[in-house]
Amino acid sequence: MSGHSKYIVGIFDDEDVLVHSVEHIRHEGVKIHEVFTPFPIHGLDKALGYERSRIDIVAFMFGTLGLILGITMIYSMMGVDWPMNIGGKPNAAPPIFIPVTFECTVLLTAYGMTLTFFVVAKLIPGFTPKMFDPRSTDDKFIVAIDLGKNHLNQDKINQILKENGASEVFEKEL
Amino acid sequence: MQVTSPVRAPLVTGSKKMHDVTNDICKQVEGKPTGLWYFAFGLSLIALGYGCFCLYKTWTVGLGVWGLNKTVGWAWDITNFVWWVGIGHAGTLISAVLLLFRQKWRTSINRAAEAMTIFAVFCAGSFILMHMGRTWLANWALPLPNTYGSLWVNFNSPLVWDVFAISTYLSVSILFWYVGLIPDLATIRERATGISRTVYGILSFNWSGGAKDWQRYEQVSLILAGVSTPLVLSVHTIVSMDFATSVIPGWHTTIFPPYFVAGAIFSGFAMVLTLVLVTRKVFKLEDYITVTHIESMNKIITLTGSIVGVAYITEFFIAWYSGVEYESYAFINRATGPYWWAYASMMTCNVISPQLFWFRKIRRNIAATFVISIIVNIGMWFERFVIIMTSLHRDYLPSSWVMFYPTMYDIGDYIFSFGLFFTCFFLFAKFLPVINMAEVKAVLKSSSAKK
Repeated sequence: MSGHSKYIVGIFDDEDVLVHSVEHIRHEGVKIHEVFTPFPIHGLDKALGYERSRIDIVAFMFGTLGLILGITMIYSMMGVDWPMNIGGKPNAAPPIFIPVTFECTVLLTAYGMTLTFFVVAKLIPGFTPKMFDPRSTDDKFIVAIDLGKNHLNQDKINQILKENGASEVFEKEL
Repeated sequence: MQVTSPVRAPLVTGSKKMHDVTNDICKQVEGKPTGLWYFAFGLSLIALGYGCFCLYKTWTVGLGVWGLNKTVGWAWDITNFVWWVGIGHAGTLISAVLLLFRQKWRTSINRAAEAMTIFAVFCAGSFILMHMGRTWLANWALPLPNTYGSLWVNFNSPLVWDVFAISTYLSVSILFWYVGLIPDLATIRERATGISRTVYGILSFNWSGGAKDWQRYEQVSLILAGVSTPLVLSVHTIVSMDFATSVIPGWHTTIFPPYFVAGAIFSGFAMVLTLVLVTRKVFKLEDYITVTHIESMNKIITLTGSIVGVAYITEFFIAWYSGVEYESYAFINRATGPYWWAYASMMTCNVISPQLFWFRKIRRNIAATFVISIIVNIGMWFERFVIIMTSLHRDYLPSSWVMFYPTMYDIGDYIFSFGLFFTCFFLFAKFLPVINMAEVKAVLKSSSAKK
């Protein structure tokens, strides 16, 4: 997103009002840029029409990678590279793989998934986020509408926001 | 979404609005530290300083400064290690297991409990490093290519499993804790000015609280909870295997993994209670950490304390029932030998004291809870001491039977861990929000029935 765009910002005071309003606003043909809230609200993603996150698939893939790496590491060390004779027992018996392989799986799942989350959500230290209103991290719920991407005019959007329970509507260039 | 129950008491009292939550929690971070904070922090620094001196001696002179002898090769250090790891179980249990069970009361205490977990694992790890004697060779415990023709670590050894389990646990706990902190750090960033705005700006990772971010955040939290739950159980299971896979009478029992895990949760909750009771008083958070929260935690203490009690009795029964002479002796010696006082302390503190929580009055009494939480932690220290010491000090050969006496360095290294733990905890309490604001705001409505 290069350059400045003009946004209409609607401020809501209550999360239940917000979820219903978002549905109505979208129903009236307004494209919402994003909704900013101080805490996760169940059902808001559905109201906004977002697809479910695929981060679970990423987690599974990293977990599988961890599992494979764990088994490969132990087998190659204990069974291939330097087999040790410990009381005549098998060099690389599968039961001893379990604890370390499990830990490798968990470690890679957790870090792989979370780092992927940081990258896709652009959660990178040092960046300055686009904040429409600082109160969205405190007690207000903010609906941001990009004027350039909507065919409705500004007054109409203002009216729709107000009708749907926005306590405050203003415009902001970011 | 709005669950209003006539039966359940509100989670947050005092008719708090969302803005009040932000103000109440951020106040601790934004204001100047109180005199009490300086006093407590100073005290921890003194403990840490004295501990560092003892640690310096331990490293430069060698493990000979400890009271270990040729019969007793593991004593205070491993006792302290297991004790700290056990304490380090509560945080992830509260945030992961209680999240999966949808226990909303966890929201007020999970942040502090997770922080406590991380610091407790630091302390546990420090004892492992100390016990190596030559700590600078700690990398030998890792499967790294080396100059001995790639002589790898032995994956048959539970000590190697421990290296993996504890380092994974520490890494994942830090990750889980930090992901939870990001939205709250953004809240502080938006209120801050000048240099602290820059610092919290960097720490808050560009968080703006968009709905898509929250959707992913929730998914990430849920999966992290899902993988942390077996992880937290695996850690103490593996710690118990350090003992259980040996052939020492008193150690090689199959009951160890579940018994250790229950004991870990037991001691962890006790430590969380000790810290939380102080924190809520000092920071005036009585509306967020209510008596109901404390009661819930006390119920878990009673449950896990009872499991531990059953495990003690089962162990004793099996020692007799197995018919193994050495095993029976180890247990009779444990209860009636020269360390009977440690065994009696363990039984009193761990089995009897939590049973007091069957009484609602005691369960909901702050002072009683505080005292019992400390008693439980003393008891849990004795449990590890009893398991380790009494099993070792009388081995198969009566001519090598000895007693163990700690030196000032054994004690000093233990003081070091307290210094480290409290220094970290006080820094956390000053510079980071001690209560998860975003999560508390989310349960504010569902809990306050009178709204």
